[in-house]
Amino acid sequence: MAVLTYREALNEALREEMERDPDVFLMGEEVAQYDGAYKVSKGLLQRFGSERVVDSPISELGFTGLGVGAAMAGLRPVIEFMTFNFAFLAIDQVINSAAKMYYMSEGQFPMPIVFRGPTGAALQLSAQHSQACETYYSHAPGCKVVTPGTPADAKGLLKAAIRDNDPVAFMEGELLYNLKGEVPDDDDFVIPLGVADLKHEGDDVSIITHGKMIHVALQAAQKLEKDGIHADVLDLRTIRPLDMDAILATVRKTNRAVYLEEGWPYAGTGAQIVSMIQEEAFDDLDAPVLRVTQADIPMPYAKNLEILAKPSANHVVEAVNKVLYR
Amino acid sequence: MAETKTKARRNPKKPDPLVQFGISEELALNLMRDMLVYRRFEEKAEEAYAIGKIGGFCHLHIGQEGAAAGSIKPLRDDDYVMSAYREHTQALAKGVTPNAVMAELFGRATGSSGGKGGSMHIFDAKTRFMGGHGIVGGQVPLATGIGWKIKYRGEDSVVIVYMGDAAVNQGGFHEALNMAAIWQLPVIYVVENNAYGMGTAFSRVSTTDMVDKSRAHGIPGHSVNGQDVLETYAFFRDLAAEVRGGAGPQFVDLRTYRFRGHSMSDPVSGTYRSVEEVERAKEQLDPIAMLRDTLMDAGAIDQAALEEMDQDARQIAQDATDFADASPLPGPEALYANVWAEINKHGRLFFDGRGAEGGTP
Ligand SMILES: Cc1ncc(C[n+]2csc(CCOP(=O)(O)OP(=O)(O)O)c2C)c(N)n1
Ligand SMILES: [Mg+2]
Repeated sequence: MAVLTYREALNEALREEMERDPDVFLMGEEVAQYDGAYKVSKGLLQRFGSERVVDSPISELGFTGLGVGAAMAGLRPVIEFMTFNFAFLAIDQVINSAAKMYYMSEGQFPMPIVFRGPTGAALQLSAQHSQACETYYSHAPGCKVVTPGTPADAKGLLKAAIRDNDPVAFMEGELLYNLKGEVPDDDDFVIPLGVADLKHEGDDVSIITHGKMIHVALQAAQKLEKDGIHADVLDLRTIRPLDMDAILATVRKTNRAVYLEEGWPYAGTGAQIVSMIQEEAFDDLDAPVLRVTQADIPMPYAKNLEILAKPSANHVVEAVNKVLYR
Repeated sequence: MAETKTKARRNPKKPDPLVQFGISEELALNLMRDMLVYRRFEEKAEEAYAIGKIGGFCHLHIGQEGAAAGSIKPLRDDDYVMSAYREHTQALAKGVTPNAVMAELFGRATGSSGGKGGSMHIFDAKTRFMGGHGIVGGQVPLATGIGWKIKYRGEDSVVIVYMGDAAVNQGGFHEALNMAAIWQLPVIYVVENNAYGMGTAFSRVSTTDMVDKSRAHGIPGHSVNGQDVLETYAFFRDLAAEVRGGAGPQFVDLRTYRFRGHSMSDPVSGTYRSVEEVERAKEQLDPIAMLRDTLMDAGAIDQAALEEMDQDARQIAQDATDFADASPLPGPEALYANVWAEINKHGRLFFDGRGAEGGTP
């Protein structure tokens, strides 16, 4: 095990997969000469050259489509969005081309492509730069959605995403890049897509979440421990495929659940999870499943408003108390 | 035309740009005053960012003041200006007060967007400053829509929309120019060509010259030295009059240079441009120094008067900072205000469960 930052873990995954398969290339804004806006691709240009680590113009729709075409023809592109906020320009090619290609062609054209970059809010970046975008992608059949929250998950899941034959929206946390954690050194350390991870154990309540929010959930779990409440914190890691077995297992154990996500509530990931839980584990529930999300508004700039808008550990504790009828 | 000079020209043999561009001494002095305010304002913003009074992304216009003053000052009040995220000084040029802009950067209730927008989203309907847009190229079709409105209503105002050099590689840019050409909309598309989009030199992402970017759409392309505020002013004065007169959309490659990093979180120089290149630009291409030389050559200003003018500019920037600092934070009631213009009593609009109908949390 080595201790790596989330950023370094992603970098290792990219490097190892590019070494393993010459068809893998990385394209995006500032990924080569600038080492990536968040330095995730540091040193890759030197290692692999400018044919495989490619600085694109600011043409999100164009280079995303280029990636999809290259994947149709057999390459395995990794397309970096500087942040997923800018991927709205390209979402047509992700949804209309990448996610449907295999189906429309009756399996003739697999789509081994990864769209990756940070999603979610950082600090005071305001409305157009602070959006958790996972729901847009998980809504579309054909697209897989991965949201790693730790360095180990970042590495293992990115390797899996690159080896996967379906399009994967791989959504990182802008505020996680400096996070340190233990990461297995093994070149074949691959975490299969669709396997959730129990990040904290307890019998009283299930806090289910994904991505960067696992850290807020763990913080809430710590606070709850002080009150003698023991929470399961289940990190979905991938939103689609979804580890329903793990969700049902924790709900059947605790009989109470809260879903925490960074994005908006309306038709959010939590809405889907809550619906699945009531469909498949209704009799196991002792309380309605609650959701904690960002306030249902565009992200404001002012620091005090931004704090109010973001989901916090206190919001989670409050929701947990409600499902425990405390 | 240039007014009669009271003081002697320093070098009578050198051609006088004031005469060449038909700009009065008084106007030139005003442009100097404006650019000094922009420079000192941005320096104050830089200081405030360093001590955490301003957060998020903050893109300074230092080095590009001539482009702002020269292209916006010739406009009328009822003309529209729209920009990207490097827009503080353009907002000032259009008439948004330094206090309102600085308070917005500070995230205060007195800011031009009540503290909700921040550095990248300065909006001011009154002065027709139309934002402040954070998605590269996103504003270009929007400005085209403003041109559409002007034509639709038979008005004679014009729109200037600014974008960085990197924005011309967005599809929306080309779609917008094509439509503006089809419908002959009164839009002036201005690329503030500072040669780099973040760390990418324009020459690495385009095989054609900037000035040629509009040609395929049948829109005239012009190239202007944005560091020379007099040249820029004269050019936009004439161009705005032509567009007002029905000349149709125009495209301007306004050549400039950024003296700071891309944003406050980026280095000034690095692998993409050398320290020497930046230093040389600061020496040779500073729009304020260039106008100072012209004014001194013309005998229109002396060192003492210039220093006094600069002192006034510093005071304006300081006052704006003090105003922002003393201004209240937006209250929690602002959180859910203005998501929608109308709240329908009969249906639920907010779903976060934090308060009744999205009231205060
Ligand atoms: C669609 C989109 N992609 C990427 C970004 C991130 N980004 C912000 S500014 C910028 C560079 C733009 O450069 P340019 O257009 O030359 O403007 P300048 O900053 O030089 O004024 C990039 C890549 C963004 N805001 N929007
Ligand atoms: Mg630029």
